[in-house]
Amino acid sequence: MNNLIKGDTGNWEVVIGIEVHAQVISQSKLFSSAATEFGAEHNTQVSFVDAGMPGMLPVINWVCVEQAIKTGLGLNAKINTYSIFDRKNYFYPDLPQGYQISQYKQPIVGEGNISIDLSDGSSKNIRIERLHLEQDAGKSLHDQHPSYSYVDLNRSGIALMEIVSMPDMSSSEEAQAYVKKLRSIVRYLGTCDGNMEEGSLRADVNVSVRKLGKELGTRCEIKNVNSIKFIGQAIEYEAKRQIDLIEDSKKVPQETRLFDPKKGETRSMRSKEEAHDYRYFPDPDLLPLIFSEDVVEKIKNSIPELPDERKKRFESDYSLSSYDSSILVGDKETADYFEELTVGRNAKLVANWLTGEFFAAMNKLGFSVENSPISKTNFGMLIDLIENNTISNRIAKDIFEIMIETGDDPETIVEKKGMKQVSDEGELEEIIDSIIEKNPEQVESLNEKPKLMGWFVGQVMKETNGKANPSIVNKLLSKKLNN
Amino acid sequence: MNEITKLSLHQTRDALNKKEFSCKELITSHIKEMESSRPLNLFITETIDHAIKSAETSDKNIKNKKLRNLEGLPFGIKDMFCTKDIKTTASSKMLSNFIPPYESTVTKNLWNDGAILLGKLNNDEFAMGSSNETSFFGPTKNPWKINDSKNYIVPGGSSGGSAAAVAANVGVASIGTDTGGSIRQPASFTGTVGFKPTYGRCSRWGIIAFASSLDQAGTITKNVKDSAIVLNSICSYDPKDSTSSNKSIPDFEKSLEKSVKGKKVGIPKEFVQEGIAEEILNLWDNGKKWLKESGAEIVDISLPNIKYALPCYYIIAPAEASSNLARYDGVKFTHRVEADNIDDMYELTRSDGFGEEVKRRIMIGTYVLSSGYYDAYYLKAQKVRALITEDFKNVFKDIDVVLTPSTPTSAFEIGEKMDDPLSMYLNDVFTVPVNLAGLPAVSVPVGLDKNKLPLGLQLIGKSFDEETILSFASVIEKSANFRHSPEEWWKNE
Amino acid sequence: MSIDENTVRKIAKLSRISVSEDDIKYISEDLSKILEWIEQLSQVDTNEVEPVFSSFEEDTKLKKRKDEIADGGYRENIIANAPKTKEGFFLVPKIVD
Ligand SMILES: [Mg+2]
Ligand SMILES: [Zn+2]
Repeated sequence: MNNLIKGDTGNWEVVIGIEVHAQVISQSKLFSSAATEFGAEHNTQVSFVDAGMPGMLPVINWVCVEQAIKTGLGLNAKINTYSIFDRKNYFYPDLPQGYQISQYKQPIVGEGNISIDLSDGSSKNIRIERLHLEQDAGKSLHDQHPSYSYVDLNRSGIALMEIVSMPDMSSSEEAQAYVKKLRSIVRYLGTCDGNMEEGSLRADVNVSVRKLGKELGTRCEIKNVNSIKFIGQAIEYEAKRQIDLIEDSKKVPQETRLFDPKKGETRSMRSKEEAHDYRYFPDPDLLPLIFSEDVVEKIKNSIPELPDERKKRFESDYSLSSYDSSILVGDKETADYFEELTVGRNAKLVANWLTGEFFAAMNKLGFSVENSPISKTNFGMLIDLIENNTISNRIAKDIFEIMIETGDDPETIVEKKGMKQVSDEGELEEIIDSIIEKNPEQVESLNEKPKLMGWFVGQVMKETNGKANPSIVNKLLSKKLNN
Repeated sequence: MNEITKLSLHQTRDALNKKEFSCKELITSHIKEMESSRPLNLFITETIDHAIKSAETSDKNIKNKKLRNLEGLPFGIKDMFCTKDIKTTASSKMLSNFIPPYESTVTKNLWNDGAILLGKLNNDEFAMGSSNETSFFGPTKNPWKINDSKNYIVPGGSSGGSAAAVAANVGVASIGTDTGGSIRQPASFTGTVGFKPTYGRCSRWGIIAFASSLDQAGTITKNVKDSAIVLNSICSYDPKDSTSSNKSIPDFEKSLEKSVKGKKVGIPKEFVQEGIAEEILNLWDNGKKWLKESGAEIVDISLPNIKYALPCYYIIAPAEASSNLARYDGVKFTHRVEADNIDDMYELTRSDGFGEEVKRRIMIGTYVLSSGYYDAYYLKAQKVRALITEDFKNVFKDIDVVLTPSTPTSAFEIGEKMDDPLSMYLNDVFTVPVNLAGLPAVSVPVGLDKNKLPLGLQLIGKSFDEETILSFASVIEKSANFRHSPEEWWKNE
Repeated sequence: MSIDENTVRKIAKLSRISVSEDDIKYISEDLSKILEWIEQLSQVDTNEVEPVFSSFEEDTKLKKRKDEIADGGYRENIIANAPKTKEGFFLVPKIVD
């Protein structure tokens, strides 16, 4: 794939590495028994431990450890049965202890890799450097008061997995595909809900540029980009900004930047400019995190089919194209929906309808397979009506629209609106005969303009309000006109 | 009436059981003692009403024969232990109005056993110090005085208030914390018994942290038996503390009767070279003699890396402290100096809220952890700590306890060492190695020096072998027969 | 090694402790004295030594907690000691990113 960006002085390459913070799915926090649920009243899901009260101590939530191991296995990564929790020291009002418990030199998960699917049908391997467990910080609200920021500690102490990629991506598309794939994997695993809007999955994107094959430029880190779309926009903007600077003979300063979705720009985060010195050291309140290979093995056996495997199975079991398969498996719920719907039905027809009309409509209306206004039963019934020639594909689309509006089942709609396909040959023959009789000139010119055949089909459809079975119409027309 | 307060913990317990006096009488006596000892500046917070109310409950229990282990016994608690709804300050301006909404595990254990809180005792600010002079609430004075001198002397630290209270007969016993000698050194300075159990024996939950890998709660009592009794209450496995031990806890009181016959006592030669006073060496020799007479064998041992314990400690403890004290930032706990921007607020609050010694240690700790220095200082210190731990493990293959002096000198005058932190740090030269290795140890008073100030000997045991040191401590106690007590000069001030 | 005046400024900043320019010299001397004393550790050969970060017994394993909600829900207690609060939030001087 050609990912080069043309500058004034030649072609540039973009180099991207991504750190993802994925919130672990668990009832309670990483080191306390307070709840993790999103959207609770501020400061109500905070224990004394989460508030950094004097004398409070962390005790690890074992489910969070298992979730990290599971995710590591899903990323084809090395699991470290011995790891260390460190303190990362810095001052910030939403960091009540004055340090974050994280993992520094010895993370729970080491090197791994995932494969990403690109729009040209190719795929690429992206290496994972590490995954470690750490505490989330609270939240500061800056727009409540002219001179004060408000601090809510509900999020403080929730378990995060920080997943760090190698700088293996070279375009915004690859970066987006990487985050999409990562999100897909953690959702399949049930280790993170992947909800970027609620902040359950956040990406820090490291961008640098270089002349083809030349030394890497200074990298900038764009913090907390919270949608796949913004990741693309942020990278495009940032790469261009850096190229412009260098081509203007200016330096790219190493810094942390923020993406402003309203302006589509990145800007420097002034507050982070001061050089950090996190003074990591092993947390003396915790012992090393040690578990046996058996623990890993047990978790390995509980891992469900992941998107890559499932895609392969869709291609072989349902004879679907690689493209359709990758679209269907990207989201676990969609893939499940497809598999349930396709039982006893034509898989290709189901896939076409899902990836076509259905997705288009759901996207437009902001629904997903889980909360669609069309029930699975009704949607299946619609496919059945097409398969048994009760309705044409075209009519089916009209019925689909009505289903969305009314929630009615398609049989009722067909019945009520008389939309049943006319497949009766006698009935259709009569109509065709009358059209031929009324249009001698068209019949005459048919030899020179074979395309007129379509005009005749159209006439039949017009007479039948689109309900004529198109294949029978075609068959009858060619029998009558081609002799 | 005030003869009641002269009784030790187990004597008081027996008297209560025999109904020689009521708990209300007992508590009232101690409250009186507490009030008359105010010139010593022992307490930061007195909980008189609470104590009287608790005494009524205990009297009911005694009447109904529902006696708990420490029923009705008054305790002073070092102000490093969070006590629910009762001000807990760590002797710092930073927490001078802090009221914890929770109770530390150690104190909860005491109250569950029927003990009664008299008040919160003074200590060095955030337990950083060896003289109790770094307290924001002013120094505690040692009940002991240098012969005929008008000058006040320090009770040691950081559990100075705890030790001085027991020496002044306020409360039957006190609870302290020991990070580098903070129980044993003040015990030695006040003629009391100070016991620091193995790291992990007592939960650290609810104790304001100084250096997490070293902090351990312990007891200050009038005699060895009392410390065994209190240890039985405060030691517990706590699922809320990841470093608390689930090893079974023996009945410490029973271990007092165990014989030391045939057991081996190690005498580390390195402790002799520390510029230590002649009379301390003499008392140490006495200790060896007493143990020998009881059938124990005296063995010369070497702990080759012990001379590095103090500098090692002064890297590790400040490093952990610099992080543990980062939470005091003006956002959550009482003290704040207002400012227009967050960094000014942080800096002014912390500069104003912490005292000199605390700031000194935070800065040292920050420095040794900072990038470029971590390996040379912090990591190096943890490696030396490993060597010191190894040294102890090696000698404990052949011996049962180590006998050393508790301190290189007796107590000194208030103000004498405040301008020289290094000479202050040297106070803990004999106690610090024990914390680095996480071992149990006790200081037992054995005599007076030429100034008529008390001195103690230290017994160090194997990890989780408090029983053996208790049995040895009993022997030393009996042989030394330390019967001195300070003149109650404060009652006339 | 000694802690020079710039280093004092740097670690004071990292520690969020304000020190006045008048005190810098004194602090630099004070900390340097302690540091020089600490330096004797460099005499110890630790080439083959694994560091010990806790004085805890090696056979003791990290405690595990069950994943259940059993804490929190007491906002009043959480903010009770805070010097400045409003409507259940902690208040700090406004932060600008
Ligand atoms: Mg990071
Ligand atoms: Zn992180």
